[in-house]
Formats: sequence, C-alpha cells, structure tokens
Amino acid sequence: MKYKSQKVAYWFFALSMLLLVLQITYGFIMGFARVGLDNLHDFIPFNTARAVHTNLLVVWLLSGFMGAAYYIIPEEAQRELVSVKLAYVQLISLALVGVVSIVGFHFNIWEGRKFLEIPRPLDYLVVVNVLLFLGLILITLFKGKRRTTTALVLSMGLLFAALLYIPGMLPFDSQVSDSFFRWWVVHLWVEGVWELIMGGILSFLLIKLTGVDREVIEKWLYVIVGLTFLSGVLGTGHHYYYIGVNDIWLIVGGVFSALEPLAFLAMALFAVNMYRKGEKKHPNKLALYWTLGAAIVSFIGAGLLGFAHTLPQTNLYTHGTLVTAMHGHLAFWGAYGMIVFAIISYALPNMTGRKLYDSARGRMAYWFSNIGMIGMTVAFGVAGVAQVYLERKMKLDFMTVQNEISIHFVVLMLCASLFTIGIILYIVDFYKHGKPTDEALEEQN
Amino acid sequence: MLSKKQAKAFFLGGTLVTFLVFIGLTIYSFSKSNDQSNYGDITDSVVRGKEIWETNNCMGCHTILGEGAYYAPELTKVIDRLNEKYNGAGDAVIKSILMSPVPWQPNGRKMVAYSMTDAEASDMVAFFKWIGKIDLNGFGEVVGVNRKISPLSKGYNK
Repeated sequence: MKYKSQKVAYWFFALSMLLLVLQITYGFIMGFARVGLDNLHDFIPFNTARAVHTNLLVVWLLSGFMGAAYYIIPEEAQRELVSVKLAYVQLISLALVGVVSIVGFHFNIWEGRKFLEIPRPLDYLVVVNVLLFLGLILITLFKGKRRTTTALVLSMGLLFAALLYIPGMLPFDSQVSDSFFRWWVVHLWVEGVWELIMGGILSFLLIKLTGVDREVIEKWLYVIVGLTFLSGVLGTGHHYYYIGVNDIWLIVGGVFSALEPLAFLAMALFAVNMYRKGEKKHPNKLALYWTLGAAIVSFIGAGLLGFAHTLPQTNLYTHGTLVTAMHGHLAFWGAYGMIVFAIISYALPNMTGRKLYDSARGRMAYWFSNIGMIGMTVAFGVAGVAQVYLERKMKLDFMTVQNEISIHFVVLMLCASLFTIGIILYIVDFYKHGKPTDEALEEQN
Repeated sequence: MLSKKQAKAFFLGGTLVTFLVFIGLTIYSFSKSNDQSNYGDITDSVVRGKEIWETNNCMGCHTILGEGAYYAPELTKVIDRLNEKYNGAGDAVIKSILMSPVPWQPNGRKMVAYSMTDAEASDMVAFFKWIGKIDLNGFGEVVGVNRKISPLSKGYNK
C-alpha cells in the first residue's frame, strides 16, 4: 500500500463479501423452492428471493468495483484520495440503500423490473451516492500527478455506468418501451461499461503482477475495450429480437452478438500472454490465479455461452428459459465476481501487511468456488435445454416440464454447496488478514 | 505494429460510431411506421394493469415477452392459451386466480395470494390482452397455442 487513504477500500470489500453471503443464501431459498421445498413462501416468496438475489449481485459487485477504484486510483494518480471521510459517508449510504431496498422487497415495495427492482424514490439516493463516489474518484484523478490509461478506462467505465442508470429511471406506459430501455441499463452495463471497469482492474493487476511494461499492457487495453464497445453496443440487439420491436434487430443483434466473444477472447489472450511475457516474480500467486481465471472464465461464461444462444434462430426457442440462467451465472462470476476477488486478493495483503500469499485455504477457495460454479452452470444448461425441447418443441405444459427437470436443481444445489464452501474459505482468508493498518505502508512492493 | 495512439483512436472512434448507429436504430424502431406493439391500443386500463404487474413484481416469477424469472409460466399469450384450455373462459380463469384469497398452487408450486379486486383483475386482463396482440417476430407462435416457426425461415409470413 502506497497511500493511507487506500485503506478505505478494505471496508468496501468487506461489505461486498457480506452481501455475497446474503446473495448465496437467497439463491439457496430459490433452489429449494424449485424442488418443491417452499416452506418459506409466506415470508419470502420466490419473487422476493429472486429480487434480493439479483439486486445483491449488483450491489456486491458495485461495492467491489468501488473498493477497487478507491485502491487503484490513488496509486495510479500518485496522491491521496481527496476525502477519506466522504468515502466512508459514501460507503455507509451505499450499505443503507442496499439494506432498505432489500427489506422493502420483503414487504412488496419494489418496481418489479428485472434487475432494476429498487423503487424509484431510492433510485434518487443511488444517484446521489454514485455522484459522490464519482466526485471523489474524478477529483483525485484530476488533482493527481499523472493520468494513466488504466485509471482513465476505469473511471470512464464508472462514469458511464452512472450515466446509463438514468434510462432505467424513465417511466413508460408501454411494456415494450419499458423493456427496450431497461436493456440500455442492464445490457450496456454488463456487456459494455462494466467491461471497461473489468479491463481497468485487469490492466492494473497485470501491470503489478507480471511486471510487463505499462505501455504494452495499456495499448492492448485500448484494443480490448474498443472491441467491447464495437460489438457490445449494437449487440444489445439480441435482447430486442422478440420483445415487439422491428425485426432489423434480428440482423443487427445477430451479427454484433456473434462478435461479442471476440472481446472476451482478446481479454483472455491478453491476460495469458502478459503472464507469459512477465517475470513471474511476484509472490502473490493467489491474486494471479484469480486474475487469469477471471479473463479465461469470462471468455467461457460471457463469450462462448452467450454466443450459444444469441443467434436469432436459437434464441427464438431459448428466449425466456433457464438457458439464460446458465449463461448468466458463469458470465457474472467469471467477468465480474472473479475480478473483484482478484483485486481483493491483491490489495488485502498490501493493506493489512499480512502476506498470506499462497495458503492452502486460498487455493482451495479458488478451486472449490470455480468447480462449484461450473457444475451449477452445467446443471442450469441441462435443465434449460430439456425445458426448451419439452416446452417449446413438444408443447408440454410449463409445470409438467418444471417437474420433469426439478432433479437438475438438486444437482445444482449440490454444486452450489461446493461453490459456497469455496466462498466461505475465501472469506475466512479475508478475515485472517486482519484489518488494514498504516504500518503496511512500509511494506509496499 | 499498432501504436498506443492508434489503439486509442480505434477505441474512441469505434465507440462513437457504434453509439451513433445504435441511437439511429432506436429512433427507427420507435417511428410510427415501425410500431409492432399497437401502441395506440394502450388504454388507461392497460396502463393500470402494467402498474399492478410492476408493483407486485410478477416478473419475479413469471416471464412476459420472454423476460422474467422462469419460475412460473410465460404470460405473453396467456389469454389465448387459457381460452383454448378452458373453452374460451381465459379471462375468467385469470381473474379468479388474481382475486383468490389463498395461494394458487398448480402442481405444488405456490403463487402469492393477491386478493385483487374485480377492477384490478380486469386491468390485468386488459394488460395481457394488449401484450398478446404484439407482433413478436415469431416468438408469439413459440409461446402461444399455434405451431412455432423461425422468423428467418422461408415459410415465415409476418
């Protein structure tokens, strides 16, 4: 750690881990409901569990990204954060918005729009929170001694993510328009600007962990984020095939969605090549595992599995089935979950001074969580494909099909248990590092 | 070999061009001549139905236009489907489910008991009827009562 103010990142990471545990808990509630064990229905019906599960995903990832920014920006800008106190205010307000929203979901207070269930009055608080965060990051960057490409790409991703929240707040009387502009937020976040954030964090980690020249890494960072936007923006069209808008999107969405895996492939090749080029001297192997893992798993989850059902001819049958859940789980985990774990694994020893670089617990956390998530993806995939054939091709009744495929949710929960063990081990490791301390300032790399 | 400056130009130029094309296509999609949603048929009752749909987070279990949670049936063509199953009594079946004071429990999977008023349930039916008539580029046939056909195949007649 080079600057005292970087310590604030620790608390964002801690909040992130806490929310992840809650997210997994609600995931299990949904899994049990799917196999008929819906005993909590009166208190936590499926739609509540689902809204909590997906919104916590967004909030724990955002908390992780914010923590990453608070750690990376001072180091890149070569100065302290402009205000640590305001960063803590921002942290507390983020936690408050999250908690109030989730409690509200249990009392039927929500917007009922997938991924954007937070009610509109709370949306304004989200805006204030994000503006405060962006203010702190951008002013720090502006006043800094240098403005690196890594910092600019990361900040640009965070700024665009904030701006793209606005279309999700607009009211519409048509379900078609509502759905259309909801994807401006959700798609352009996860297949657009969040990839900028991921690219920025990845670039920072590769510079630190591989020792490859910054200019080389940052040049390829531009190419990757360029490919991301080139394919991802018009790739939004794959959400517009069958929601009631013009069929021009079948062609535009089909072509550009087919290009989307290229950006992820480039990211995976970039990370592996930089690792090969590098000196391999950095002792923090766990951070390296998570970094390379994020680049590779995101290519499989977001790139390949996304492509598996984005061609219009395929999507006609898979649209609105569990095939989407298959892609969604591995994509979010690989692209965003793992990169948050990577930056935590890198930053934690630097902030606390405890160099628990290569513990057996840390390696087990990595393998258990990844094998568990891959197993979950396969279970969702088998259930989804079976659903497509039985329900969409053979025209069986929805619930008849759900009963037929419920066995795959037993497998899913077994794999989810392995995933959870991995996450618990990671959190134990997190706890064992202790709290951040100023003494760690002396122990920078 | 590509320089950093060229890579930056590729990023900024590519982003600008694709965003402009995306916004152009959005305007094109929402022009009156390209409306596939029968926007003019949206009545106050449909809008109220949409509000009820949202405030109860129905998408948290069901799907509509293929979007939602995959836990309960797709409702895009629900009126047609139930009309076929219950000899034209689709509206009445939907209203009875929504007005039920106890959870509707088909095949063991519970739905929240919403105890809606007759007026609220009627608004929901109006919403489903409007949704059911949207031209979905072939998806309506997949989730509806008719045989599906790919919109890109030769036999597809819009």
